[in-house]
Amino acid sequence: MSELSVNHLLGIKYLNKQDIQLIFETADHFKEVINRPIKKVPSLRDITIANLFFENSTRTRLSFELAEKRLSADVINFSSAQSSVKKGETLIDTVNNILSMKVDMVVMRHPNPGAGVFLSKHVKASILNAGDGAHEHPTQALLDSYSIREKYGEVKGKNIVIVGDILHSRVALSNIFALQLQGANVMVCGPKTLIPKYIDKLGVKVELDLRKALNWCDVANMLRVQNERMDISYFPTTREYTQQYGVNKEFLDSLDKEITIMHPGPINRGVEITSDVADSKQSIILEQVQNGVAIRMAVIYLLASKIKH
Amino acid sequence: MSQKVLLNAKEVNIILHRLACQLIEKHNDFSNTVLIGLQPRGIFLANRIAKILKNDYKVKNIQLGFLDITFFRDDFRRSDKPLEANSTHINFLVENKTIVFIDDVLYTGRSIRAALTAIQSFGRPSEIELLTLIDRRFSRHLPIQPDYRGRQVDVINDEKVKVNWVENDGEDSVYLINK
Repeated sequence: MSELSVNHLLGIKYLNKQDIQLIFETADHFKEVINRPIKKVPSLRDITIANLFFENSTRTRLSFELAEKRLSADVINFSSAQSSVKKGETLIDTVNNILSMKVDMVVMRHPNPGAGVFLSKHVKASILNAGDGAHEHPTQALLDSYSIREKYGEVKGKNIVIVGDILHSRVALSNIFALQLQGANVMVCGPKTLIPKYIDKLGVKVELDLRKALNWCDVANMLRVQNERMDISYFPTTREYTQQYGVNKEFLDSLDKEITIMHPGPINRGVEITSDVADSKQSIILEQVQNGVAIRMAVIYLLASKIKH
Repeated sequence: MSQKVLLNAKEVNIILHRLACQLIEKHNDFSNTVLIGLQPRGIFLANRIAKILKNDYKVKNIQLGFLDITFFRDDFRRSDKPLEANSTHINFLVENKTIVFIDDVLYTGRSIRAALTAIQSFGRPSEIELLTLIDRRFSRHLPIQPDYRGRQVDVINDEKVKVNWVENDGEDSVYLINK
């Protein structure tokens, strides 16, 4: 087994194909570990990890914390809501103060794109990006690809459509990079106002008609409409969005073939997908969550192995 | 680099049969005993012993598993090479069972220490024994000794013991390699 080519996980665009392969193979071992009666290994008992969340999160935060604890790392948590950031402290000061408590690795979510890259240049710790604004969310993309690999055996050659709010989605961007690295065909689908102008430069197909997109794909990754990031109205009403880009069971059953439904969460039930779709046999949403822990264990383990005493 | 044959195929075969017989003497019908080969190199020996027990000595119900100890090793971030993980296959419970760990070479004893910790994830065995083909005397870092040993050898630290198996390396043999 080789090493990761990077010392930080800032985004998928910094990884190569071998890195992704290595992360997946390592995650396979951790998936076996987390299904044991005792789900813990002592590998990282001398590593301390700080989870810095400058933006709200449930799934990612719990998933990271669980992954860290399963690896026996010491964990400290920070959320900006109850912190001195509110008193005007800068990001570097906040992080350096935390690092002076002998922290080896920082898992950070931040509303500003590039916050992780910025931090990696200014502080001495391994940085793991858990989402930076509308830029990247690498572990989500890795677990999405891993879930596709688990379902179909490989990602290469599969047709994947990402549906919904592409413009505000870090999940979309990281997924596009990750899927293309592995040789999948990627399409985005959504209202024209929610598809970024530069999208054709990324080499992905664009389709505005959801039925055509779903008939083309093997897997549909349904994104949430990120109302909190919308400063103007991008579509007339939620009801109209649902009519054009929402998936219900009837619609799913009327397609030419059986497709797999994914969703990074949190789901707006009844907006992008209905409950019967989210809970259907075709949905692998809960597998994604389980795989998230294994993937994060793999990434943390591989990054930690590059921290030398 | 020079190398010397410690055991040839015929000698390995005789030793494997002796080890199998010693196991039978202690464990009878293996109703409460499980064999665990340690990844990566112990699995060949474990497979071979299990095969001899089944085919030559007609022991039924041999339970054989493989344990990977990578995540339990104490040299994570200390060795120059990244630690490579292998798969674990244990599809039975070890609670209250007697376990026989099987590995090809016993050297510092650190792998066995890791295995003793790793196996706890699968329950609380009543007893754990250790079987090794080669026991490198005078090189232990920990107070660990085998219960069944194929051959004890005196080897200095600069020398390496390499165990080859037909199914993986083309021949059954044990070499002493002088680096």
